[in-house]
Amino acid sequence: MESSQKREYSLAARVVLVIFFSTLSLVVFIPFLAILLASFKPGEELIRYGLNLRLDWDLMSFANYKYLFTGITRTGAYIAHDYLLWFKNSVVLTVTQTALTLLVSAWVGYGFAMYRFKGKNFLFTCVLLVLMIPFEILMLPMYSQASSMGLLDSIWGIMLPYLAHATTIFFFRQFLTSIPKDIVDAGRVDGASEYGIFVRLIVPLMKPAFSAMAILVGMNSWNNFLWPMLVLRSGQKYTLAIGLNTLLTPYGNNYDILIAGSCFSIIPILILFLSAQKYFIDGMTMGSVKG
Amino acid sequence: MRKFVAFLYDQRVAPYVFVLPFVLTFIIFFIYPVLTTIQMSFQDILPGMVTNVGFKNYERLLGDRIFRIAVKNSFLYTFWTLALLIPFPLAFACMMNSRSMVGRGFFKTALFVPVVTSVVVAGTIFRLMFGEVDGSLMNTVRTFLGLSPIKWLRVRETGFAAMVLMACWRWTGVNMLYFLSGLKGIPPEMYESAEIDGANAWQRFRHISVPLVKPTIIYVLTISIYAGLAMFTESYMLWAGNNSPKNIGLTIVGYLYRQGWEQNRMGYASAVGLVLLVVAMAINLVQLRVMGVLGKERD
Repeated sequence: MESSQKREYSLAARVVLVIFFSTLSLVVFIPFLAILLASFKPGEELIRYGLNLRLDWDLMSFANYKYLFTGITRTGAYIAHDYLLWFKNSVVLTVTQTALTLLVSAWVGYGFAMYRFKGKNFLFTCVLLVLMIPFEILMLPMYSQASSMGLLDSIWGIMLPYLAHATTIFFFRQFLTSIPKDIVDAGRVDGASEYGIFVRLIVPLMKPAFSAMAILVGMNSWNNFLWPMLVLRSGQKYTLAIGLNTLLTPYGNNYDILIAGSCFSIIPILILFLSAQKYFIDGMTMGSVKG
Repeated sequence: MRKFVAFLYDQRVAPYVFVLPFVLTFIIFFIYPVLTTIQMSFQDILPGMVTNVGFKNYERLLGDRIFRIAVKNSFLYTFWTLALLIPFPLAFACMMNSRSMVGRGFFKTALFVPVVTSVVVAGTIFRLMFGEVDGSLMNTVRTFLGLSPIKWLRVRETGFAAMVLMACWRWTGVNMLYFLSGLKGIPPEMYESAEIDGANAWQRFRHISVPLVKPTIIYVLTISIYAGLAMFTESYMLWAGNNSPKNIGLTIVGYLYRQGWEQNRMGYASAVGLVLLVVAMAINLVQLRVMGVLGKERD
């Protein structure tokens, strides 16, 4: 008697939960749906009626996407735009920045995790200090620093300040302290150099940590806005985020490409997310479980 | 040369070679900028002419009405993101953690997806959703409810609400995941025995879940305060630039940007930055105290 009551109770709970989370997911999905629909409509339509969920099959076509990929507009004219270039720039930046950041930060994190040396506590406190200060506060002098080093308008200017990335260093250091130091000692007995040990013995062990951080660093790099906007000058070098932002004008004359372009820019990161979800979530939550 | 290589390979020297990239970055892109900011905040900087003005920038800051608006906006935004992005995601996480939950993986993914869109794209979407034309999504909702369309982003309350709503859209799923991973550490037996003792759902939430995810709550609290106070891009995208009507979306960083870049007052902008720096440091120190991390990092 009692167990059947319990079963009924849990069935009701099940139904309530499913309805609740379905509704929530639906609400969350609406902005995506709105921009997806808009990407098939002409830009003028958007100016006149705004972004909404109206389905109007007569208006909808692939014309915006055709323009995005070929430069041929609705009227058949060819008008050049830089979207594909921005896309390429973003891919190049994200891949390079992620690879180099992981490498450099792992290198530094290893130093903090495996050695005892004078000044270590002080330097590690410095890592924590960098973690605490929002970059935005320092953007003026960082800009003039980058400028005096001749780093403006190049992807090196975007990357260089962040290759030894405090968050990533901190995370790798935490990860590496859990690796037994015997491995290092064994490497030394076998005659490997200090750096050889890192490259040949430690790096292969860091694979899970690399995957988690690759996602996080990659996502930040792909979406980064303020610093690249300050560093980059010429439209040819813009990343996707910056390029798209320049299209968002009050006149809305670029909406054909802005909306289809925004929509399309979600796709690579979405595919990456769906295929490597576990690492995404690991990377994001790792910091919260007591660092 | 060979001697130098041997020196580099010395076991006592190697750790310094390992941490060298950080040390260089720290000096060039952190210490130097911090010192420059401090110095510039006491200066009046015009092209080719730098004058020391003592505390004048700070004095001006005290009487600056626009700066006060920016500070108020940043704190208000932080307050609202905390008020909405901690209790709700925590409640969702608890619901999701319940034994009766079906399709956990699917809903987790669905709620997480918004954060993979960049602020630029999210801002574009929200700007247009809250458009002032009658047919924009939010105005359609108003019409549906029998209300007249409004100019969302031109009114203080509704413009601000759009900004907070966008933050909620992007971060609810992430915060929920943080809490879920915190809740995973709680053994289900604890809930069961509480249930046997007659504790209802609210009591179980209040007396088991909340205390045990406290470290996670503090973590989320810290990163939210940090992100809230440093917020800039959200506002920049929503109003298609740094100038919102009557400064309803102006943040501290936005004001720094306006003074430093748009109006070229580097000295004054540095003073703005330093105020934010002090606030950020103070909050972090309090947080480290609370977590008991400070002074624990000895090896």
